[in-house]
Amino acid sequence: MSELAMHEMNLLAQKLAERAAAEGLIDVSYRLLDSPLGQLMLASTERGMVRVAFAAEGFDAVLGVLADKVGVRILHRAAPLDDAATQLDEYFAHWRTHFDLGLDHQLSSGYRLEVQLALPKIEYGHTMSYKEMAALTGRPAAVRAVGTACATNPLPIIVPCHRVLRSDGSLGGYLGGLEAKRVLLDLEKASS
Amino acid sequence: MEIKTNPPFDLVVRDHGPAVLRMCSALLGPGHDAQDAWSETFLAALRAYPQLAVGANLQAWLITIAKRKAIDALRTKHPIPVESLPEQEASVDGFDDLELLESLHSLTELQRKVIGYHYLLGFPYADIPAFLGGTATSLRRAAADGIKTLRKELTNSKDLS
Repeated sequence: MSELAMHEMNLLAQKLAERAAAEGLIDVSYRLLDSPLGQLMLASTERGMVRVAFAAEGFDAVLGVLADKVGVRILHRAAPLDDAATQLDEYFAHWRTHFDLGLDHQLSSGYRLEVQLALPKIEYGHTMSYKEMAALTGRPAAVRAVGTACATNPLPIIVPCHRVLRSDGSLGGYLGGLEAKRVLLDLEKASS
Repeated sequence: MEIKTNPPFDLVVRDHGPAVLRMCSALLGPGHDAQDAWSETFLAALRAYPQLAVGANLQAWLITIAKRKAIDALRTKHPIPVESLPEQEASVDGFDDLELLESLHSLTELQRKVIGYHYLLGFPYADIPAFLGGTATSLRRAAADGIKTLRKELTNSKDLS
């Protein structure tokens, strides 16, 4: 496709998204954001942010899962995610230590959701072990389940699963890769 | 892997948006009318998308909607009463819609429009002068010349592949 045709296509797609939004036809809006961790994909529903994805996950694959779990009417639309993008920019610039965003937790349930709801209790610049997190949620034996809850956190960075480490201080795992986890921990250490 | 859901609509727009725009441009001329028909097509598609059968042929589905929108656009622009509505789609042996569409660009504007209105949108030749002027006979001749060019082109491109 020529550059001009591509431009026309993008404008048409953008107008379509605005009209669709005005008619309440969108299940999920998404946009991309450049960050020190590479490109991120942000997705939201009417209720709030529903997903933050790393490039390594494959954005189209993530959109496919959202189509399956949330709804097929997914369109690229930046406006509803502007606030989230600004807050993430501020976070990466060391100006922001917590997020103030509406969240839609519909991708999680049960104990995983409980853990993810408890994660913001770990403050910026601090860390906790999987074991401590299990105790904090009232299930001290559920260390592995805490690990799973962190690994399947649909809202990484904003819901700070990167602040949970192994008891010996090693990093454990991270959806965005260990390097991403290290970058986030270093970023918070440098500012706090 | 079992397909449980149709793809995200954004992917449908990215995959099929350009072809639908080419079709609208071929029928309505490039510019505003084609863009409006494109927008109406995808908005209608978006409304119906959650109810669409999983694994449906998305391209065929979109082309069907786009045809309806192109007919609407022609009727709005040419409020001359057209006696018979296009009900049955005429088809040309050996062309499927999209192949035909892609080849339309090698025709003159008149040939492209007559063939588009008759074979894609299903208007009888008698109705087409209302949109394009001329007579049914002259338009039928233009279509026949165009089809000859198309056949040659499609045969050549098949020989190449």
